[in-house]
Amino acid sequence: MNEARAPYLKVENVTKKFGDFAAIKDICLEVFESEFVCFLGPSGCGKTTLLRAIAGLDIQTSGRIEQAGRDISNLPPTERDFGIVFQSYALFPNLTVFKNVAYGLENRKMAKADITARVDELLQLVGMPDQGPKYPAQLSGGQQQRVALARALATSPGLLLLDEPLSALDAKVRLRLRHEIKELQRQLGVTTIMVTHDQEEALTMADRIVVMNEGVIDQVGTPLEIYRRPASPFVADFIGAMNFLSAVAGGDGTVRLHGVELSAIEGTDGLDEGTAVTLCLRPEDIVTRAVESGAPNAFEATVADLEFLGSFYRASLTAKGVENTRFQADFSVNLVRDLGIEVGKTLTVAFPADRIRVFAGT
Amino acid sequence: MTDGPQAGVIEAPLVKPKVGREDWVMRAGLAVIGVYLLVAVVFPLYTILSKSFQDERGTFIGLDNYAEYFATPALFYSINNSLTVSVISMVITVGLAFGYAYGLTRSCMPGKGVFKAIALIPILAPSLLPAISLRYLFGAQGMIKGLLMGETIYGPIGIVIGEVFWTFPHALLIIFTALSLSDARLYEAAEALGASKLRTFFTVTLPGAKYGLISACFVVFTLVITDFGVPKVIGGGYNVLAVDIYKQVVGQRNFQMGAVVGLVLLAPALLAFIADRMIQGKQVALLSARAVPYEPRPDRRFDLAMLAFCGTVAFIIIGILAVAQFAALVKFWPYNLSLVLDSYQFDLMDGGSWGAFWNSLKMAAWTAVIGTAVIFTGAYLVEKSKGFEHGRGLIQLMCMIPLAVPGIVLGLAYIFFFNALGNPLGFIYHTLIILVLCTITHFYTVSHLTATTALKQMDAEFEAVSSSLKVPFYRTFVRVTVPVCMPAILDISIYLFVNAMTTVSAVIFLYSADTQLASVAVLNMDDAGDTAPAAAMGMMIVYTSATVRLLHFLLTRGIARRTQAWRKR
Ligand SMILES: Nc1ncnc2c1ncn2[C@@H]1O[C@H](COP(=O)(O)OP(=O)(O)OP(=O)(O)O)[C@@H](O)[C@H]1O
Ligand SMILES: [Mg+2]
Repeated sequence: MNEARAPYLKVENVTKKFGDFAAIKDICLEVFESEFVCFLGPSGCGKTTLLRAIAGLDIQTSGRIEQAGRDISNLPPTERDFGIVFQSYALFPNLTVFKNVAYGLENRKMAKADITARVDELLQLVGMPDQGPKYPAQLSGGQQQRVALARALATSPGLLLLDEPLSALDAKVRLRLRHEIKELQRQLGVTTIMVTHDQEEALTMADRIVVMNEGVIDQVGTPLEIYRRPASPFVADFIGAMNFLSAVAGGDGTVRLHGVELSAIEGTDGLDEGTAVTLCLRPEDIVTRAVESGAPNAFEATVADLEFLGSFYRASLTAKGVENTRFQADFSVNLVRDLGIEVGKTLTVAFPADRIRVFAGT
Repeated sequence: MTDGPQAGVIEAPLVKPKVGREDWVMRAGLAVIGVYLLVAVVFPLYTILSKSFQDERGTFIGLDNYAEYFATPALFYSINNSLTVSVISMVITVGLAFGYAYGLTRSCMPGKGVFKAIALIPILAPSLLPAISLRYLFGAQGMIKGLLMGETIYGPIGIVIGEVFWTFPHALLIIFTALSLSDARLYEAAEALGASKLRTFFTVTLPGAKYGLISACFVVFTLVITDFGVPKVIGGGYNVLAVDIYKQVVGQRNFQMGAVVGLVLLAPALLAFIADRMIQGKQVALLSARAVPYEPRPDRRFDLAMLAFCGTVAFIIIGILAVAQFAALVKFWPYNLSLVLDSYQFDLMDGGSWGAFWNSLKMAAWTAVIGTAVIFTGAYLVEKSKGFEHGRGLIQLMCMIPLAVPGIVLGLAYIFFFNALGNPLGFIYHTLIILVLCTITHFYTVSHLTATTALKQMDAEFEAVSSSLKVPFYRTFVRVTVPVCMPAILDISIYLFVNAMTTVSAVIFLYSADTQLASVAVLNMDDAGDTAPAAAMGMMIVYTSATVRLLHFLLTRGIARRTQAWRKR
């Protein structure tokens, strides 16, 4: 979507080694102006390492980083242009909220009145006017996070880096701050990179998500792309609920799932007939309402288990006559009531071809 | 392209980080600390080592000095003597300290605060002082010499009693901490399981305090074996290593043999140090964050028993000090018991003067100020700088060495190094500077560890945040790190001050006529037979240290009040 513009931040073949161990390997990435990008991945996959390389806090072993057309690969953090917020907030405990936010401004030979005006503006912006004279220890976690954000934004950096900024907060505050940070970012238009291992956070906040695994990038894309078209089984598994079913390629874009022949569009090109494949399909994509037997990709399945999860039911199903294929489908409360779905009942279900992803191997 | 196994793999060019202005400042700081430690610790120790392999003219003679040492029974018997009194003192001190700490933490006896304060008083005194008191108590005309049933106080008995008095607070502090950190839930569990009090003691209390007890043993052992004050005054003909060094150097001017004995003394101190480090490394945090502190319940008989025990120990501590003060005021013990201030006319005594007292104050003040600044800044640089893993590791190691080096060995090493021909730093010899330098070094490790602990508790990202805001790290050091660590900084400075006031061993070889110190004056006046003035001077040191401690307490409380808005929620 942004192909026309030159990227604001360009990461080229960046590798960071700790001794012999490469925490990130040959990372290439482009981030565009005003974009909100999330680094998402399991613990230890190298998200923080990449973020710290971009900040210059732990400079990469090899590779190039360019920001706003300037090669910053080997520059110390003081010569780069970014603001950063850590999980711990790292607020200076002995300075008031005002002094914390003013910390970076005071070093710039700004007039006192200008500093005061700027700090007030920022505190207003993060929704904490009048809290200036307090000390960090007198604030709640969410408020501390806001102050950290205001401090990072005070000097109007071109790039805002957030390392798990919400993970130390309790769930309710987290939801609210998610929203506020996103809103603030849109308002200011500051290019932002946020590290998180919470997929929901990434899906709701990011313009684009960078999914990382074991030091490499598995996929880059919008939340919808990542969710709909995961590029690897890892991404498929990591984000959202997913059924993984062993199947065999049947040629011509078809896949055989035990007895059932499915036409699957995505990912079957170039697979020889008889190749073992993994078929991925999200539970919520499985349909059963108004599915006639004989419809494309439809077959009969028996409900082995039914779990009520509040807003929907998660059913465990087995394809009729094939005991060891077990998969899960999400059915709305309505649907379960209307069709009288219960354990032991046999349903006709369909796997929509455009929702199926197929990966070679099992 | 080569044909090696890597052929064809082109390694990406490495990024060479640009060294910014701040990096240079940090590197320069590390270099300064590194050089300081080399000069203050490593070079002197190397010099004493090499001296032990030379004859008096400086020719290398291999192990001849050591051969001579071990061929002279009068010398090597001291090893046995030193070990004997050290082990006996260790057992008694740790036992008493454990009982005392047990009373303070596990009973509901009254006056715990007072008892704890009394137990810590000996820290304020030079080790010479209890030994002088023992003379008045058990000497030829001692007040209660009958208690010894004909045994003489001059020898192992006197040494052990003096050392127990002097090392008691050190052991108590460690064991007290270990016992305070116990989790009440373990005791509740033991009770719920129907364990008897005795069984609970052996299965919960002792294991919980195990590392504290072991650590206390090592600390006391090392303090005793390296102490010079007590055996010098009360040891009589019972030779120990620390005094042998003094006799070789000051008595016989045999510096080489002094160096040999110094290294012999270094061995057990070093072993104790290494063993302690290894055991501490094994120690895992027994206390989880949610542990519930143990609250003792009243038990009349037990509380009374503990009160009696602690009361006795406290009475003995006060008694020993009171005797010293009494001796300082009595006109002529034991013939004329009228109280006069004659003994305070230090200027009239051999080997003492009021000047020495003022010198001590000056020396202690400089040690506290410069030492705290150097040690805290050094710890900060080692802890917070980036890169230079090896260099920083080396500095860290050099910071640990002084703890293993007996003061008297360090002092001797300083003579060898700074008095050597051609040493450009030779000008500090016989000045206050060398006394300050030596004292800082002698007490470097504990201060460094205090600083490191405080620094580790700070958020690791302060420096990262400040660099992102383009604020140089040294500004953040002044504006944030130092204020946040102020309690630890004050602790370090008081520790240095009190130790500078009381130390004898580290400075005994280094003072000159102009830089005589109070603690040295105690020794010299006692040597010259002016025991009462020695006691008077010793008590002056106690009062000074106590006053400074009190000031420190008030200051710390003031700061805590003023900063409580941001220190605790
Ligand atoms: N200073 C270091 N020295 C050695 N290894 C390190 C260092 N920092 C990180 N690593 C290793 O590099 C890998 C990536 O670490 P990183 O902190 O980037 O993970 P992360 O994706 O941020 O994980 P988390 O979600 O737990 O924060 C981990 O295996 C980690 O152990
Ligand atoms: Mg991380």
